[in-house]
Amino acid sequence: MDDQKKMAIIATKGTLDWAYPPFILASTAAALGYETQIFFTFYGLQMLRKDLSGLKVSPLGNPGMPMKMPFGPKWFRDINWNMPNAIQSLVPGYESLATVLMKQTIKNNGVATIPELRELCQEAEVKFIACQMTVELFGFEHSDFIDGIEFGGAATFFEFAGETDICLYI
Amino acid sequence: MNFDKELDARGLNCPLPILRCKKALNECTSGQVLKVVSTDPGSVKDFAAFAKQTGNELLASSEAGSEYTFFIKKK
Repeated sequence: MDDQKKMAIIATKGTLDWAYPPFILASTAAALGYETQIFFTFYGLQMLRKDLSGLKVSPLGNPGMPMKMPFGPKWFRDINWNMPNAIQSLVPGYESLATVLMKQTIKNNGVATIPELRELCQEAEVKFIACQMTVELFGFEHSDFIDGIEFGGAATFFEFAGETDICLYI
Repeated sequence: MNFDKELDARGLNCPLPILRCKKALNECTSGQVLKVVSTDPGSVKDFAAFAKQTGNELLASSEAGSEYTFFIKKK
């Protein structure tokens, strides 16, 4: 179908929070009838790994991230734990703790998990392309990644991106 | 309003209500009506936008308390 709308996304971030925009937009675009492709490059490759448990969120050096507790009475949940960067960087496991709390917040809000959204994208035939250059640069093996993806370079991306209605860099 | 199929999207947040709706519509035949109940306040605009872009007709959209109900007719 020639008049089908198309969307291309370049996904470059490898953290739990930044894994959301590409998968949310791609799955929604597919539901709206867009032919959709995501090109994963640099840290974005983390989102294609078989094991997604390594995706973490870091409040360190991120003043935009509210740090609120996903449990307890309302007054407690409303507190913003504004930790100085010095403490965040010195306390071992701070990032892992922040990630656990974020995952609980995500669950409490009925927001899908990343593995769930990735699967929904695949079910909707969103095409995933891993950047071959960064796969090699970071020492990944093709077997580190999920099945059903393609490996290619910038020219591969442009072949599709040049025909799209929407093209995003995330 | 009469409907052929019902989808409970309560407790789900963006973009899940739309994705589940799309999936449920895939299982409907042309002309059938799908009822969707959601608790996501963003879904009011999202379902209108979904209908407009996919050509499935939004027959009705209503709000009662914190629940939103949509009737969508498959194209």
